[in-house]
Amino acid sequence: MECVFGLVGNGFAIVAADTSAVHSILVHKSNEDKIIILDSHKLIAASGEPGDRVQFTEYIQKNVALYQFRNGIPLTTVAAANFTRGELATALRKNPSFVNILLAGYDKETGPSLYYIDYIATLHKVEKGAFGYGSYFSLSMMDRHFHSGMSVEEAIDLVDKCILEIRSRLVVAPPNFVIKIVDKDGAREYAWRESVKEAVAA
Amino acid sequence: MARYDRAITVFSPDGHLFQVEYALEAVRKGNAAVGVRGTDVVVLGVEKKSTAKLQDARSVRKIVSLDDHIALVCAGLKADARVLVNRARIECQSHRLTVEDPVTVEYITRYIAGLQQKYTQSGGVRPFGLSTLIVGFDPYTGVPSLYQTDPSGAFSAWKANATGRNSNSMREFLEKNYKETSGQETVKLAIRALLEVVESGGKNIEIAVMTKEHGLRQLEEAEIDAIVAEIEAEKAAAEAAKKAPPKET
Repeated sequence: MECVFGLVGNGFAIVAADTSAVHSILVHKSNEDKIIILDSHKLIAASGEPGDRVQFTEYIQKNVALYQFRNGIPLTTVAAANFTRGELATALRKNPSFVNILLAGYDKETGPSLYYIDYIATLHKVEKGAFGYGSYFSLSMMDRHFHSGMSVEEAIDLVDKCILEIRSRLVVAPPNFVIKIVDKDGAREYAWRESVKEAVAA
Repeated sequence: MARYDRAITVFSPDGHLFQVEYALEAVRKGNAAVGVRGTDVVVLGVEKKSTAKLQDARSVRKIVSLDDHIALVCAGLKADARVLVNRARIECQSHRLTVEDPVTVEYITRYIAGLQQKYTQSGGVRPFGLSTLIVGFDPYTGVPSLYQTDPSGAFSAWKANATGRNSNSMREFLEKNYKETSGQETVKLAIRALLEVVESGGKNIEIAVMTKEHGLRQLEEAEIDAIVAEIEAEKAAAEAAKKAPPKET
């Protein structure tokens, strides 16, 4: 039921993820942030087994930081993607992590990029990608409306169209989504799309 | 298989660990390094022995970052330093991963000192031949700290300290001239201490300033030259003032 999708636009990459933490029939919380900021110019949107998701992405985040301290320069997006895939591959036949990842990044030399990394260590560089049941709807929507070099407004419009499809067509649709963007100015949260507000204690 | 595990660092009859003391000798031959703690900054300085003409100066960085809020300078065997710094960097990230908190300066100092101590009490190894000056800000209270470790694995906190070549002269100078300073004054104090033992000039000194907001910043050669010029001017003014009064009787 977890929905993660993303696309590359003109000088930026955008990823959106649902924000519900579900266990069987219970929704623990509906504001769980599943898009982790890897470093100043990289984002990882992850979906899958909750424990594995946090454990694996935080492990990647700390290793990316260590590389930067050791070498004085940050990893490129493609290097980070290959490192992530490598870790999944090494663990695959011993203690696999059930995490699907969309890694979005911006490099000064090569611009924005998006990488599709699934739980059995498949790695693809893509312009648009999605995971989960929601992918049936978001990929179709993106196939119809995506074109290379979209502006931020166009991309957000497409993201909203995808979210609308997921909300209306998926039987147990997640109510809330978070959208994060990465461009030359860095990786940051862009917006939330909430239809159910998490109850705040009085 | 020959035994490679016998202890190398063993006590002498009068209670000395000679290997550790010899390691301290190696430190005494290392580059002069100084650290000064201010109220809102911590400053590290180290002498830059003249680089060979063909050597790329940028590849020889003596002041290193361990994490966003911790920096280190060392005196002694540079190759040993690489090993220690690498282990410390891994520990900084490992700590963040397991407890979701950045390390405190005291924690990472304790870790580095612990590592140095382990190598004085293990088979088949020699102690690390370096002393370190570790600076940083506490991630929550924002309090700046300066710590020193040595080859024996001892560590303690300091307001200002020096290690390496001529460290005694620098420490004497600091003891005479230390007062609570902030910002540029702290930088000046560190440079003045280094100038006691190092040839004057931006190309012989490396200075880095750490603040809570901006982390570690290495000063450019031009900046250092400017401050050195200020210091020389102040010194000249002080000398002139000393000579002037007798004429006013």
